[in-house]
Amino acid sequence: MRKLIVAATAAILCSTAIALADTVGPNEVKIVDAAVEGSLSGQAGDAAAGRDIMINRKLGNCLACHQNSEIPEQPFHGEVGPPLDGVADRWSEGELRAILVDVKTAMNPDSIMPSFYSLNLGVRVAESFAGKTILQAQQVEDVLAYLMTLKEE
Amino acid sequence: MINRGGIVAALGLSALMAMIVAPAHADPDNNQLIIDGEVIITDVAAPDDSPLDRIYSGWRFRSPETQSLQMDDFENPGFVAVDDAIESWDTAEGSEGKSCASCHSDPSSLAGLRTTLPKWDEATNKPATMENLINRCRTDRMGAEAWGWEQKEMVNMTALVSLQSRGMPVNVQTDGPMAEWIEKGKDLYYTRVGQLNMSCSNCHEDNYGNQIRSDHLSQGQVNGFPVYRLKWAGLGSIHRRFKGCMENIRATPFKRGSDEFIALEAYVASRGAGLAVETPSVRN
Repeated sequence: MRKLIVAATAAILCSTAIALADTVGPNEVKIVDAAVEGSLSGQAGDAAAGRDIMINRKLGNCLACHQNSEIPEQPFHGEVGPPLDGVADRWSEGELRAILVDVKTAMNPDSIMPSFYSLNLGVRVAESFAGKTILQAQQVEDVLAYLMTLKEE
Repeated sequence: MINRGGIVAALGLSALMAMIVAPAHADPDNNQLIIDGEVIITDVAAPDDSPLDRIYSGWRFRSPETQSLQMDDFENPGFVAVDDAIESWDTAEGSEGKSCASCHSDPSSLAGLRTTLPKWDEATNKPATMENLINRCRTDRMGAEAWGWEQKEMVNMTALVSLQSRGMPVNVQTDGPMAEWIEKGKDLYYTRVGQLNMSCSNCHEDNYGNQIRSDHLSQGQVNGFPVYRLKWAGLGSIHRRFKGCMENIRATPFKRGSDEFIALEAYVASRGAGLAVETPSVRN
Protein backbone atom coordinates (compact mmCIF):
# COMPACT_ATOMS: atom_id res chain seq x y z
CA MET A 1 0.00 0.00 0.00
CA ARG A 2 2.77 2.42 0.95
CA LYS A 3 4.45 1.58 -2.32
CA LEU A 4 1.33 2.61 -4.19
CA ILE A 5 1.08 5.94 -2.42
CA VAL A 6 4.73 6.74 -3.04
CA ALA A 7 4.43 5.78 -6.68
CA ALA A 8 1.37 7.96 -7.07
CA THR A 9 3.10 10.88 -5.38
CA ALA A 10 6.11 10.47 -7.62
CA ALA A 11 3.88 10.45 -10.65
CA ILE A 12 2.15 13.66 -9.60
CA LEU A 13 5.23 15.62 -8.59
CA CYS A 14 8.37 15.84 -10.64
CA SER A 15 10.16 12.72 -9.52
CA THR A 16 13.63 14.28 -9.56
CA ALA A 17 12.60 17.34 -7.54
CA ILE A 18 11.31 15.59 -4.47
CA ALA A 19 13.29 13.71 -1.95
CA LEU A 20 11.22 10.71 -1.12
CA ALA A 21 10.98 10.26 2.60
CA ASP A 22 12.69 6.89 2.43
CA THR A 23 15.49 7.86 0.06
CA VAL A 24 18.95 7.84 1.57
CA GLY A 25 20.98 10.74 0.13
CA PRO A 26 24.52 10.11 -1.14
CA ASN A 27 26.01 11.88 1.87
CA GLU A 28 23.89 9.87 4.30
CA VAL A 29 24.78 6.39 3.10
CA LYS A 30 26.46 4.35 5.83
CA ILE A 31 29.06 1.88 4.71
CA VAL A 32 29.66 -0.56 7.56
CA ASP A 33 32.06 -3.51 7.19
CA ALA A 34 32.18 -2.90 3.42
CA ALA A 35 28.41 -3.22 3.15
CA VAL A 36 25.37 -0.98 2.90
CA GLU A 37 22.26 -2.56 4.37
CA GLY A 38 18.77 -1.46 3.34
CA SER A 39 17.41 -0.06 0.11
CA LEU A 40 18.69 3.41 -0.80
CA SER A 41 15.31 4.33 -2.22
CA GLY A 42 13.14 2.55 0.31
CA GLN A 43 11.86 0.46 -2.58
CA ALA A 44 12.78 -2.91 -3.98
CA GLY A 45 14.83 -2.91 -7.16
CA ASP A 46 13.54 -3.90 -10.58
CA ALA A 47 15.96 -6.42 -12.08
CA ALA A 48 14.80 -5.87 -15.66
CA ALA A 49 15.33 -2.11 -15.35
CA GLY A 50 18.71 -2.81 -13.79
CA ARG A 51 19.74 -4.92 -16.77
CA ASP A 52 18.96 -1.99 -19.08
CA ILE A 53 20.94 0.42 -16.89
CA MET A 54 23.88 -1.96 -17.01
CA ILE A 55 23.89 -1.83 -20.81
CA ASN A 56 23.10 1.89 -21.21
CA ARG A 57 26.28 3.86 -21.97
CA LYS A 58 24.84 7.02 -20.40
CA LEU A 59 23.82 5.30 -17.15
CA GLY A 60 25.60 2.34 -15.62
CA ASN A 61 27.58 1.24 -18.66
CA CYS A 62 28.77 -1.64 -16.49
CA LEU A 63 29.58 -3.60 -19.65
CA ALA A 64 32.31 -1.08 -20.41
CA CYS A 65 34.48 -2.84 -17.85
CA HIS A 66 32.75 -6.12 -16.93
CA GLN A 67 32.07 -9.23 -18.97
CA ASN A 68 28.60 -10.70 -18.33
CA SER A 69 27.43 -13.90 -20.01
CA GLU A 70 23.79 -13.12 -19.23
CA ILE A 71 23.85 -10.27 -21.79
CA PRO A 72 25.06 -12.12 -24.90
CA GLU A 73 23.15 -9.87 -27.30
CA GLN A 74 25.51 -6.97 -26.60
CA PRO A 75 28.72 -7.39 -28.63
CA PHE A 76 31.34 -5.56 -26.55
CA HIS A 77 32.08 -6.50 -22.96
CA GLY A 78 35.00 -4.92 -21.16
CA GLU A 79 38.00 -6.55 -19.49
CA VAL A 80 38.92 -3.92 -16.94
CA GLY A 81 36.98 -5.31 -13.97
CA PRO A 82 36.17 -8.87 -12.89
CA PRO A 83 33.46 -10.77 -14.84
CA LEU A 84 30.00 -10.54 -13.30
CA ASP A 85 29.01 -14.16 -13.87
CA GLY A 86 28.02 -15.59 -10.51
CA VAL A 87 28.64 -12.27 -8.75
CA ALA A 88 25.74 -12.91 -6.36
CA ASP A 89 27.48 -16.09 -5.17
CA ARG A 90 30.56 -14.13 -4.20
CA TRP A 91 29.04 -11.10 -2.51
CA SER A 92 26.08 -10.41 -0.28
CA GLU A 93 23.44 -7.90 -1.28
CA GLY A 94 24.80 -5.37 1.20
CA GLU A 95 28.34 -5.77 -0.12
CA LEU A 96 27.25 -5.39 -3.72
CA ARG A 97 25.30 -2.27 -2.78
CA ALA A 98 28.45 -0.82 -1.18
CA ILE A 99 30.51 -1.66 -4.27
CA LEU A 100 27.99 0.17 -6.45
CA VAL A 101 27.64 3.15 -4.10
CA ASP A 102 31.33 3.88 -3.53
CA VAL A 103 33.84 1.09 -3.99
CA LYS A 104 36.70 3.43 -3.08
CA THR A 105 35.37 3.99 0.43
CA ALA A 106 34.02 0.48 0.83
CA MET A 107 37.01 -1.50 -0.36
CA ASN A 108 39.85 -0.01 -2.33
CA PRO A 109 40.73 3.68 -2.59
CA ASP A 110 42.75 2.97 -5.75
CA SER A 111 39.98 1.21 -7.69
CA ILE A 112 39.31 2.52 -11.18
CA MET A 113 35.59 1.82 -10.68
CA PRO A 114 33.41 4.94 -10.56
CA SER A 115 31.38 5.52 -7.41
CA PHE A 116 27.83 5.43 -8.70
CA TYR A 117 26.08 6.96 -5.70
CA SER A 118 28.63 9.27 -4.14
CA LEU A 119 29.55 12.93 -4.32
CA ASN A 120 33.17 12.11 -3.55
CA LEU A 121 34.20 12.84 -7.14
CA GLY A 122 37.29 13.85 -9.10
CA VAL A 123 38.36 17.47 -9.58
CA ARG A 124 36.98 19.64 -12.40
CA VAL A 125 33.63 17.84 -12.64
CA ALA A 126 31.86 19.07 -15.79
CA GLU A 127 29.21 21.65 -14.96
CA SER A 128 26.35 19.51 -16.21
CA PHE A 129 27.30 16.73 -13.78
CA ALA A 130 28.36 18.84 -10.78
CA GLY A 131 26.73 17.83 -7.51
CA LYS A 132 25.07 14.85 -9.16
CA THR A 133 25.58 11.17 -8.62
CA ILE A 134 26.04 8.94 -11.67
CA LEU A 135 22.94 6.91 -10.79
CA GLN A 136 19.82 7.75 -8.75
CA ALA A 137 19.02 5.76 -5.61
CA GLN A 138 16.38 3.67 -7.34
CA GLN A 139 18.68 2.98 -10.28
CA VAL A 140 21.31 1.59 -7.90
CA GLU A 141 18.64 -0.66 -6.39
CA ASP A 142 17.58 -1.77 -9.88
CA VAL A 143 21.14 -2.70 -10.85
CA LEU A 144 21.55 -4.45 -7.52
CA ALA A 145 18.35 -6.46 -8.04
CA TYR A 146 19.71 -7.54 -11.41
CA LEU A 147 23.14 -8.44 -10.00
CA MET A 148 21.45 -10.60 -7.35
CA THR A 149 20.05 -12.76 -10.17
CA LEU A 150 23.57 -13.59 -11.41
CA LYS A 151 24.10 -16.89 -9.62
CA GLU A 152 25.95 -19.95 -10.80
CA GLU A 153 25.86 -22.13 -7.67
CA MET B 1 19.17 -9.56 3.98
CA ILE B 2 22.21 -11.78 3.66
CA ASN B 3 25.00 -11.25 6.14
CA ARG B 4 27.91 -13.58 5.75
CA GLY B 5 29.95 -12.30 8.67
CA GLY B 6 33.38 -10.78 8.96
CA ILE B 7 35.67 -13.61 7.92
CA VAL B 8 33.91 -14.41 4.69
CA ALA B 9 33.62 -10.72 3.88
CA ALA B 10 37.32 -10.26 4.54
CA LEU B 11 38.21 -13.15 2.25
CA GLY B 12 35.96 -11.76 -0.45
CA LEU B 13 37.53 -8.38 0.03
CA SER B 14 41.07 -9.65 -0.40
CA ALA B 15 40.05 -11.52 -3.53
CA LEU B 16 38.60 -8.35 -5.02
CA MET B 17 41.62 -6.32 -3.94
CA ALA B 18 43.88 -8.79 -5.72
CA MET B 19 41.89 -8.39 -8.89
CA ILE B 20 41.81 -4.61 -8.69
CA VAL B 21 45.39 -4.07 -7.58
CA ALA B 22 46.95 -6.38 -10.16
CA PRO B 23 45.10 -5.79 -13.42
CA ALA B 24 45.85 -8.26 -16.16
CA HIS B 25 47.40 -6.71 -19.26
CA ALA B 26 46.34 -8.30 -22.49
CA ASP B 27 49.44 -8.00 -24.62
CA PRO B 28 49.55 -5.73 -27.64
CA ASP B 29 49.82 -7.68 -30.87
CA ASN B 30 53.13 -8.66 -32.49
CA ASN B 31 52.58 -7.01 -35.84
CA GLN B 32 55.41 -5.05 -37.40
CA LEU B 33 54.93 -1.57 -38.81
CA ILE B 34 56.71 -1.33 -42.15
CA ILE B 35 56.22 1.71 -44.39
CA ASP B 36 57.97 1.84 -47.76
CA GLY B 37 60.27 -0.98 -46.70
CA GLU B 38 61.32 0.91 -43.57
CA VAL B 39 60.67 -0.73 -40.21
CA ILE B 40 59.17 1.72 -37.71
CA ILE B 41 59.93 0.74 -34.13
CA THR B 42 56.65 0.31 -32.21
CA ASP B 43 57.99 -0.97 -28.90
CA VAL B 44 61.08 -0.28 -26.87
CA ALA B 45 62.28 -0.68 -23.30
CA ALA B 46 60.64 2.00 -21.18
CA PRO B 47 62.69 5.04 -20.13
CA ASP B 48 64.52 4.75 -16.79
CA ASP B 49 62.00 6.56 -14.62
CA SER B 50 58.96 4.93 -16.25
CA PRO B 51 56.50 2.89 -14.20
CA LEU B 52 56.25 0.55 -17.21
CA ASP B 53 58.70 -2.11 -18.37
CA ARG B 54 58.09 -1.72 -22.05
CA ILE B 55 56.36 0.97 -24.04
CA TYR B 56 54.21 0.39 -27.11
CA SER B 57 52.89 2.58 -29.86
CA GLY B 58 49.12 2.81 -30.02
CA TRP B 59 49.43 1.21 -33.48
CA ARG B 60 50.00 -2.15 -31.75
CA PHE B 61 46.56 -1.99 -30.12
CA ARG B 62 44.57 -1.33 -33.29
CA SER B 63 42.81 -3.80 -35.57
CA PRO B 64 44.70 -5.19 -38.59
CA GLU B 65 42.40 -3.14 -40.85
CA THR B 66 43.29 0.13 -39.13
CA GLN B 67 46.95 -0.85 -38.95
CA SER B 68 47.14 -1.50 -42.67
CA LEU B 69 45.93 2.04 -43.44
CA GLN B 70 49.09 3.38 -41.86
CA MET B 71 51.39 1.00 -43.73
CA ASP B 72 50.82 2.59 -47.10
CA ASP B 73 51.14 6.35 -47.56
CA PHE B 74 48.73 6.21 -50.49
CA GLU B 75 46.06 4.56 -48.33
CA ASN B 76 46.80 6.66 -45.26
CA PRO B 77 44.03 9.30 -45.15
CA GLY B 78 46.34 11.60 -43.19
CA PHE B 79 48.35 12.28 -46.32
CA VAL B 80 45.61 14.46 -47.79
CA ALA B 81 46.50 16.91 -45.01
CA VAL B 82 50.19 16.57 -45.73
CA ASP B 83 49.60 17.44 -49.39
CA ASP B 84 47.57 20.49 -48.40
CA ALA B 85 50.35 21.60 -46.06
CA ILE B 86 52.96 21.30 -48.83
CA GLU B 87 50.96 23.90 -50.72
CA SER B 88 50.79 26.20 -47.67
CA TRP B 89 54.51 25.72 -47.17
CA ASP B 90 55.28 27.45 -50.46
CA THR B 91 52.57 30.11 -50.18
CA ALA B 92 53.70 33.60 -49.09
CA GLU B 93 51.43 35.18 -46.51
CA GLY B 94 51.48 38.26 -44.31
CA SER B 95 53.14 41.67 -44.45
CA GLU B 96 56.67 40.31 -45.04
CA GLY B 97 55.77 38.44 -48.19
CA LYS B 98 57.35 35.26 -46.89
CA SER B 99 56.38 31.62 -46.98
CA CYS B 100 57.73 28.80 -44.81
CA ALA B 101 60.04 27.98 -47.73
CA SER B 102 61.60 31.44 -47.60
CA CYS B 103 63.45 30.57 -44.40
CA HIS B 104 63.33 26.77 -44.20
CA SER B 105 63.65 25.88 -47.90
CA ASP B 106 62.43 22.28 -47.85
CA PRO B 107 60.29 20.75 -45.03
CA SER B 108 63.00 18.11 -44.67
CA SER B 109 65.23 20.79 -43.14
CA LEU B 110 63.10 20.38 -40.02
CA ALA B 111 63.77 16.64 -39.68
CA GLY B 112 64.22 15.75 -36.01
CA LEU B 113 62.27 18.70 -34.64
CA ARG B 114 59.19 16.64 -33.73
CA THR B 115 61.24 14.30 -31.53
CA THR B 116 62.23 17.15 -29.20
CA LEU B 117 58.84 18.77 -28.64
CA PRO B 118 57.66 20.30 -26.43
CA LYS B 119 61.05 21.93 -25.77
CA TRP B 120 62.21 24.78 -23.58
CA ASP B 121 61.79 28.17 -25.21
CA GLU B 122 63.91 31.03 -23.85
CA ALA B 123 61.77 33.59 -25.67
CA THR B 124 58.63 32.79 -23.69
CA ASN B 125 60.24 31.19 -20.66
CA LYS B 126 58.08 28.10 -21.05
CA PRO B 127 57.98 25.00 -23.22
CA ALA B 128 57.00 25.42 -26.86
CA THR B 129 54.89 22.93 -28.78
CA MET B 130 54.99 22.66 -32.55
CA GLU B 131 51.85 24.78 -32.75
CA ASN B 132 53.60 27.51 -30.72
CA LEU B 133 56.65 27.45 -33.01
CA ILE B 134 54.60 27.58 -36.20
CA ASN B 135 52.60 30.54 -34.92
CA ARG B 136 55.77 32.34 -33.86
CA CYS B 137 57.02 32.03 -37.45
CA ARG B 138 53.72 33.31 -38.76
CA THR B 139 53.39 36.34 -36.51
CA ASP B 140 57.05 37.35 -36.03
CA ARG B 141 58.70 36.42 -39.32
CA MET B 142 55.86 36.44 -41.85
CA GLY B 143 53.70 39.17 -40.38
CA ALA B 144 50.74 36.85 -40.81
CA GLU B 145 47.89 36.02 -38.48
CA ALA B 146 48.34 33.23 -35.98
CA TRP B 147 46.44 30.05 -36.74
CA GLY B 148 44.01 28.53 -34.26
CA TRP B 149 45.25 25.46 -32.41
CA GLU B 150 42.91 23.09 -34.18
CA GLN B 151 42.50 25.12 -37.36
CA LYS B 152 42.84 22.89 -40.39
CA GLU B 153 45.91 24.71 -41.75
CA MET B 154 47.65 24.38 -38.40
CA VAL B 155 46.94 20.68 -37.96
CA ASN B 156 48.00 20.02 -41.56
CA MET B 157 51.27 21.91 -41.09
CA THR B 158 52.10 20.08 -37.84
CA ALA B 159 51.52 16.85 -39.78
CA LEU B 160 53.89 17.87 -42.58
CA VAL B 161 56.66 18.99 -40.22
CA SER B 162 56.25 15.98 -37.92
CA LEU B 163 56.39 13.61 -40.90
CA GLN B 164 59.97 14.77 -41.52
CA SER B 165 60.89 13.01 -38.25
CA ARG B 166 59.05 9.77 -39.00
CA GLY B 167 61.03 6.81 -37.71
CA MET B 168 63.21 8.93 -35.43
CA PRO B 169 63.02 8.27 -31.66
CA VAL B 170 61.15 10.65 -29.36
CA ASN B 171 63.67 12.44 -27.20
CA VAL B 172 62.20 15.29 -25.16
CA GLN B 173 64.20 17.17 -22.57
CA THR B 174 63.09 16.35 -19.04
CA ASP B 175 65.79 18.06 -16.98
CA GLY B 176 66.83 21.68 -16.55
CA PRO B 177 63.99 24.15 -16.93
CA MET B 178 61.73 21.40 -18.32
CA ALA B 179 61.82 19.45 -15.04
CA GLU B 180 59.19 21.64 -13.38
CA TRP B 181 56.83 21.22 -16.35
CA ILE B 182 57.33 17.48 -16.52
CA GLU B 183 56.50 17.30 -12.83
CA LYS B 184 53.38 19.40 -13.36
CA GLY B 185 52.32 17.15 -16.22
CA LYS B 186 52.91 14.09 -14.06
CA ASP B 187 50.66 15.52 -11.34
CA LEU B 188 47.91 15.99 -13.91
CA TYR B 189 48.45 12.48 -15.28
CA TYR B 190 47.78 10.94 -11.88
CA THR B 191 44.97 13.29 -10.79
CA ARG B 192 41.49 11.82 -10.78
CA VAL B 193 39.06 14.07 -12.59
CA GLY B 194 35.40 14.29 -13.40
CA GLN B 195 32.26 12.59 -12.20
CA LEU B 196 33.70 9.23 -13.24
CA ASN B 197 36.69 10.10 -11.07
CA MET B 198 39.52 8.64 -13.13
CA SER B 199 43.08 9.65 -13.95
CA CYS B 200 45.01 9.07 -17.17
CA SER B 201 46.93 6.33 -15.35
CA ASN B 202 43.79 4.33 -14.47
CA CYS B 203 43.30 3.43 -18.12
CA HIS B 204 46.62 3.96 -19.88
CA GLU B 205 49.04 2.68 -17.24
CA ASP B 206 46.99 0.17 -15.24
CA ASN B 207 44.75 -1.18 -18.00
CA TYR B 208 46.41 -0.82 -21.38
CA GLY B 209 45.72 -3.87 -23.50
CA ASN B 210 42.29 -4.37 -21.96
CA GLN B 211 39.02 -3.74 -23.74
CA ILE B 212 36.87 -0.95 -22.35
CA ARG B 213 33.67 -1.90 -24.10
CA SER B 214 34.53 -1.58 -27.83
CA ASP B 215 37.80 0.31 -27.26
CA HIS B 216 41.14 -1.43 -26.90
CA LEU B 217 43.05 0.64 -24.36
CA SER B 218 46.54 1.71 -25.40
CA GLN B 219 49.29 3.33 -23.35
CA GLY B 220 48.12 6.71 -24.60
CA GLN B 221 51.41 7.46 -26.36
CA VAL B 222 51.58 10.63 -28.47
CA ASN B 223 54.33 9.66 -30.93
CA GLY B 224 51.88 9.50 -33.86
CA PHE B 225 50.29 12.96 -33.57
CA PRO B 226 48.67 14.71 -35.21
CA VAL B 227 46.71 11.53 -35.71
CA TYR B 228 44.13 10.64 -38.35
CA ARG B 229 41.27 9.31 -36.26
CA LEU B 230 38.57 7.38 -38.07
CA LYS B 231 36.13 8.63 -35.44
CA TRP B 232 37.02 12.24 -36.32
CA ALA B 233 37.23 11.52 -40.05
CA GLY B 234 40.22 13.82 -39.96
CA LEU B 235 43.45 14.81 -38.26
CA GLY B 236 43.55 16.12 -34.72
CA SER B 237 46.07 17.49 -32.26
CA ILE B 238 47.34 15.96 -29.04
CA HIS B 239 45.38 18.53 -27.05
CA ARG B 240 42.18 17.62 -28.88
CA ARG B 241 42.67 14.03 -27.76
CA PHE B 242 43.35 15.10 -24.16
CA LYS B 243 40.18 17.18 -24.26
CA GLY B 244 38.11 14.26 -25.55
CA CYS B 245 39.41 11.98 -22.81
CA MET B 246 38.54 14.50 -20.10
CA GLU B 247 35.05 14.95 -21.53
CA ASN B 248 34.55 11.17 -21.53
CA ILE B 249 35.32 11.18 -17.83
CA ARG B 250 32.76 13.99 -17.39
CA ALA B 251 35.37 16.58 -16.46
CA THR B 252 35.75 20.16 -17.62
CA PRO B 253 38.72 19.92 -19.97
CA PHE B 254 41.61 22.34 -20.02
CA LYS B 255 41.87 24.50 -23.10
CA ARG B 256 43.97 23.56 -26.10
CA GLY B 257 47.29 25.36 -25.78
CA SER B 258 46.84 25.86 -22.01
CA ASP B 259 49.82 25.52 -19.68
CA GLU B 260 48.15 22.42 -18.25
CA PHE B 261 47.91 20.63 -21.58
CA ILE B 262 51.41 21.72 -22.59
CA ALA B 263 52.73 20.27 -19.31
CA LEU B 264 50.72 17.08 -19.87
CA GLU B 265 51.98 16.82 -23.46
CA ALA B 266 55.57 17.17 -22.24
CA TYR B 267 55.10 14.50 -19.58
CA VAL B 268 53.29 12.07 -21.87
CA ALA B 269 55.94 12.61 -24.56
CA SER B 270 58.61 11.78 -21.97
CA ARG B 271 56.80 8.53 -21.13
CA GLY B 272 57.17 7.62 -24.80
CA ALA B 273 60.87 8.44 -25.12
CA GLY B 274 62.46 6.02 -27.57
CA LEU B 275 59.31 5.28 -29.57
CA ALA B 276 59.50 6.33 -33.21
CA VAL B 277 57.59 9.30 -34.54
CA GLU B 278 54.74 7.90 -36.69
CA THR B 279 53.00 11.01 -37.93
CA PRO B 280 50.50 10.93 -39.49
CA SER B 281 49.37 7.82 -37.65
CA VAL B 282 45.94 6.23 -38.14
CA ARG B 283 43.82 5.21 -35.19
CA ASN B 284 40.21 4.45 -34.36
